[in-house]
Amino acid sequence: MKFVDEFRDPAAARALVKSITELAGDDEFKFMEVCGGHTHTIYRHGIEHLLPANIELVHGPGCPVCVIPMGRIDDAMWLAEQPDVIFTTFGDMMRVPGSRGSLLDAKARGADVRFVYSPLDSVKIAIDNPDQHVVFFAVGFETTVPSTAVTLMRAKALGLTNFSVFSNHVTIVPPMKAILESPDLRLSGFLGPGHVSTVVGTHPYRFVPEVYGKPVVVAGFEPLDILQSVYMLLEQHRDGRCEVENQYARVVRPEGNVAALKLMGQTFQLRPHFEWRGLGFISQSALRVHDDFADFDAEVRFSMPGVRVADPKACQCGEVLKGAIKPWECKVFGTACTPETPIGTCMVSPEGACAAYYNFGRLHRETAQMVGQGAVGQGAGV
Amino acid sequence: MTSERLTPSASQVPDPEDRTRLRVEEFRKRRPRLIDEVVTMAHGAGGKSSAALVDHVFVEAFRNPLLEQLGDGALLRLPSGERLVFSTDSFVVQPIDFPGGTIGDLAINGTVNDLAVSGAVPQWISVAFVLEEGFPIDRLRQLAADMRAAADAAGVQIVTGDTKVVPHGSADGLYITTAGVGVVPADRELSPAAVRPGDRLIVSGTIADHGMAVMLARGNLAIEADIESDTAPVNGLVEALLAAAPSTRWMRDATRGGLGTVCNELAQTVGLGVVIDEGLLPIDPTVLGCCDMLGIDPIYVANEGKFVAVVAAEEAEAAVAALRGLPGGAQAAVIGEVIAEPAGIVAMRTPFGGTRIVDMLVGDPLPRIC
Repeated sequence: MKFVDEFRDPAAARALVKSITELAGDDEFKFMEVCGGHTHTIYRHGIEHLLPANIELVHGPGCPVCVIPMGRIDDAMWLAEQPDVIFTTFGDMMRVPGSRGSLLDAKARGADVRFVYSPLDSVKIAIDNPDQHVVFFAVGFETTVPSTAVTLMRAKALGLTNFSVFSNHVTIVPPMKAILESPDLRLSGFLGPGHVSTVVGTHPYRFVPEVYGKPVVVAGFEPLDILQSVYMLLEQHRDGRCEVENQYARVVRPEGNVAALKLMGQTFQLRPHFEWRGLGFISQSALRVHDDFADFDAEVRFSMPGVRVADPKACQCGEVLKGAIKPWECKVFGTACTPETPIGTCMVSPEGACAAYYNFGRLHRETAQMVGQGAVGQGAGV
Repeated sequence: MTSERLTPSASQVPDPEDRTRLRVEEFRKRRPRLIDEVVTMAHGAGGKSSAALVDHVFVEAFRNPLLEQLGDGALLRLPSGERLVFSTDSFVVQPIDFPGGTIGDLAINGTVNDLAVSGAVPQWISVAFVLEEGFPIDRLRQLAADMRAAADAAGVQIVTGDTKVVPHGSADGLYITTAGVGVVPADRELSPAAVRPGDRLIVSGTIADHGMAVMLARGNLAIEADIESDTAPVNGLVEALLAAAPSTRWMRDATRGGLGTVCNELAQTVGLGVVIDEGLLPIDPTVLGCCDMLGIDPIYVANEGKFVAVVAAEEAEAAVAALRGLPGGAQAAVIGEVIAEPAGIVAMRTPFGGTRIVDMLVGDPLPRIC
């Protein structure tokens, strides 16, 4: 892989870790990676144990699957179980538990649930099945909104009458604000979301240093991106600076993707409020289908139950999403709640902090370091 | 650390994170629960759900000592003292033709390989067809020719069979079930009990080719790449390996669930740890690129002509050299080793210098792959 090797170079990593260790000195730092993609990279490449122990990475709310509340999953299942409905979704959402099981269970019971890689695939399914109504379960932050927007435009241009979108799109800034307002979390800065920023740019995060006095570095998703971003945050601390910096400049422009933003404005509008799992209702934090596209809005076309369902008592996803506890501190982690039998969303998505820790990270720090520094034949870990 | 196993119970450990880890490990060792009311695709994916279904429904009903070994094949001892391995497998791959193979050669190679990695020399194969009304005879004839060619290549005979037809709509084209019998040479002894820390893990060639070839052949991803299935018999490679490394303790073909699943089965069977060095894994760059794009870990993608072997460290080099000298073994490599701790866990050393766990796969990213 010519395109990724340069971002996974072990020699560069060692040099960066050395610089980070020197720069951090004896001070304690707590940086939140907002995006679930970062959480995944951190565990997938064992970055947690490469960093010195006085730098803690706190996992944030930027996992789109994780933040969808249970009531919305129930609505999705209700839609999927309507006669003559083909319900289409990204694969991740299939296993998220609602109060009556998951979409996978609905499928096993006979509902026509199909997973798609692109919302445009749903349009194709609608064209191929004119006698059925196709619903696309739209989830995600600003990263995935443009593709749903393009899909809505396409559906309208084609004059489809059997296609609609169940929008659960959310926006990144409001939950960041909610976390900054939370009194029980003392952060030293943010690794800003890379994918979201390709769309929204870096300007929306200015309030973080300006109002809350915390530095932000928008970070890429390769392991070296993460390390370099941590280094840049430490540099800001050393220099007494507090600003929004862009480590992911090879992809993210300060103004974002203007064309995508315009398209989003035409196809979606802000909801007055939206429920987030664990974070509760946050005002102006989510998008519904624009009035101009009401014919393609599943919430207009169907009378969904729309019942608010409380999370299971044992589940502490909310605390995990806010960074208030680590995945392993949840009482049901790895016993009652596992990737096979998840209770909460954080154990479902590969970007969820619990799933990432369970699948990749369950190693003692010293064991991980010993294995990581060894080589076959050196008897590592024996 | 000494080679003696450290197994404190969770409540004795002072660090809360370590305590959670131990509790999770204890929990993972429990018999998997079957909580579903209906069969889901996950029950066919080869992961924990499959294990739960087999354990609670089939083993429960059929229980006997031969079955309970739950290997790729059953090891049977004849009154004469000779040993046979008996194995069976069904094939439902979609599409039935894909770059590098068809459901026909897959059905033969799958059973041949199960016999071979169990230590047997594959000899006789049975074939059963479930055909959907309307299936073109010409296509069936071609698939039969593929099966004959695969059997000849593996040196086995197709000696018995069965045919059933179901109404249009009751099956998806055709399904094939094969069973096979192989003879275990008298002096051959494979034993997971002999696996010890320091033993090397060898893989017989590049991984993830079959799964990605089938996935791309379905044509619903906007990706075009030149990837061929690796479907092939491995019995020739197995014989070469066993000749070069008589110490060979354990073998598995890394089919459904891929290398990651096989290594987890190893770690759990022998109660030791396994370290894989990600940088040593033979993966075709195109396959790796597609996996990266789709967010799929190649370590969980199915192979149909590759196996993993555990051999003594001092014979690892000779084993790899023997495999590399044969067709289908050119990319064979040592990919890791067995370690004492962490017991029961597969750890991956990343080229980046980090470490992570490789767990059993949950859910099925690629259904109907074989």
